[in-house]
Amino acid sequence: MSTKKTTTQPLLDVQNLKTYFYTDDGVLTAVDGVDFQVAPRQVFGLVGESGCGKSVTSLSLMRLVDTPGKIVDGQVLLQGENLLDKTPAEMTKVRGSQISMIFQQPKSSLNPVFTIGDQIVEVFKIHETISEKDARQQAVELLRRVGIPDPERKAQAYPHELSGGQAQRVMIAMALALKPRLLIADEPTTALDATIQAQILDLMQDLRDTTDTAVILITHDLGVIAELADRVAVMYAGKIVEEGDTTALFDKPLHPYTQGLMGSIPVLGDTKERLEVIPGNVPSLINLQPGCRFASRCGARVEHNLEICTQVEPDLIEFDAGHKVRCWLYQEHAGHTPPLKAFADKKDRK
Amino acid sequence: MAVQSPPVASVEQVQDYRNNSLLFLTFRRLFRQRNAQVGMLILGFLVLVAIFAPALAPYDPDQSLIGVESIDKRAGPCIHLLGCPADQPEHYMGVDGNVRDQYSRIIYGTRVSLFIGFSTIGLAVIFGTIIGAVSGYAGGWVDNIIMRIMDVILAFPSFLLAIAIITVLGRGLQNALYAIAIVNVPVFARLVRSSVMSLKELDFVTASRSLGASPLRILFIRILPNAIPTLIVQATLSIGGAILEAAALSFLGLGAQPPLAEWGTMLGTERNQVFTSPHLVFFPGIAIMVTVLAFNLLGDGFRDAMDPRLAQLAKS
Repeated sequence: MSTKKTTTQPLLDVQNLKTYFYTDDGVLTAVDGVDFQVAPRQVFGLVGESGCGKSVTSLSLMRLVDTPGKIVDGQVLLQGENLLDKTPAEMTKVRGSQISMIFQQPKSSLNPVFTIGDQIVEVFKIHETISEKDARQQAVELLRRVGIPDPERKAQAYPHELSGGQAQRVMIAMALALKPRLLIADEPTTALDATIQAQILDLMQDLRDTTDTAVILITHDLGVIAELADRVAVMYAGKIVEEGDTTALFDKPLHPYTQGLMGSIPVLGDTKERLEVIPGNVPSLINLQPGCRFASRCGARVEHNLEICTQVEPDLIEFDAGHKVRCWLYQEHAGHTPPLKAFADKKDRK
Repeated sequence: MAVQSPPVASVEQVQDYRNNSLLFLTFRRLFRQRNAQVGMLILGFLVLVAIFAPALAPYDPDQSLIGVESIDKRAGPCIHLLGCPADQPEHYMGVDGNVRDQYSRIIYGTRVSLFIGFSTIGLAVIFGTIIGAVSGYAGGWVDNIIMRIMDVILAFPSFLLAIAIITVLGRGLQNALYAIAIVNVPVFARLVRSSVMSLKELDFVTASRSLGASPLRILFIRILPNAIPTLIVQATLSIGGAILEAAALSFLGLGAQPPLAEWGTMLGTERNQVFTSPHLVFFPGIAIMVTVLAFNLLGDGFRDAMDPRLAQLAKS
């Protein structure tokens, strides 16, 4: 894990990405100023509960946000090139060959009227001039590589004849067909049962080690992140609230929300009557209140009796080397002294 | 690296995947459906009749038998086996007002009617699909404009609109075909539009886009094949309607013109003799009914085969 740190130039550099949805009820700020970098060959985890903007972030990177959604601001630099400046036709060429994506529902992500072989072959045909025979051979090879038994015959199968796990393997094969630089995996294991989940994670781990592809892994499952990711960003209500290397973040979660997420995981061998939960719900992203978006659910705010939380929004500050957090517990402001000063001193020292 | 396939043959390995496309499965269900079986049987028979019309018809359908045989005009059916005197010429369905063999005309009429049915609906499907697909996929103002035009066409009773179109184009079978095709275009445009609108929201479309497929490719190669089943159902049902409409236009003298052996025309020209020579309206009427029935049965069968749940509901 430590060998793949963000020391070189990032493969993907997302700056101040804002994607808003213009609904009849008002403007929904689904992604509101997200910054992060992904290094080559890194697995970057994006965690958060449903509706926090993870999926919209990933669709924005691919520029697949449909109306009423719109990317209103920001830059998505893939190897220095801003994807948001590209024409739709240029973007079509980028998708599949440089960035590709796998989805939550593998079975419905495959076209029901074509065989899976045809669907993989098509990916080659879209982007390359390749003979039918070669494409088919490569498709079978890919299926073998992602662990589909008897790939020659299975290439003739229709999606409805596959299990969920096999369908996800096929999706992975399709996404990796052209050896993209970046793979976005949007909850790749959520729809699968536990044993299949483990197999798919094994496969992804295996592919991470054997290919040059960097992965953005989107999930709400911290266990998956702990197993696969090199670096993690925690999203809440359209913003990144904490970001750091996986070990650092799991060892010492800074943001109250991250702490809450960790606390809600059942631990094997630990007897608890009830799991800890974060009270309340994700705020509506239309007509947001000023201040920190987590303020209404935040125990630490009550504990430390902070007023500023409901008035001014904190910034994402670098707290430790490579460990960023967006919280008034750690940030100074005019008339506000962060209660966790010991940590804040550390930040000044840097 | 990858999981090795197990050395023991699993069930999956033995399975044969070649014939498991959804369309194939649909057809297999179709062949088990009683309705569809009857429809296909009748339709198959009609197609054979149309193909082998010259061999089946004892007379030239357009040839008047005045001076060839001694027979009165509008003479009734005469079948020797059923006791018709042997010295009279045999006409299974009698002869019409121009002393033409009705049976031969009915047989040749099969060709005309089947041609009308397939060609009009064929045209309507092609144009309706393109219009509806573009409309449904593009959405927004494109969709709005196209669909308002379709609404205007649908607002007219279809038969009156067909008559109006013929008034502009002029009478004749060819123009009647165009009129019926135009009247049917909105039906398919709406159908395809609604299919495309729901299909384009599905995950596999997003997946296709994420793999770099262009919009045109997604629409015509990825989405439309999924809409084919509903199209087949609607087309089959519409063919019956189209044949009926063509017959009605011909009955009014706007479609097929005499002497062409077309069932509607035959009905129309002899409609005043319905009491004196009922065989001249009875047989063409039956022919039209049987043909339309065949298509409707087949269409129903298709619909049930496409959606087995619906068929279960209909039964209970």
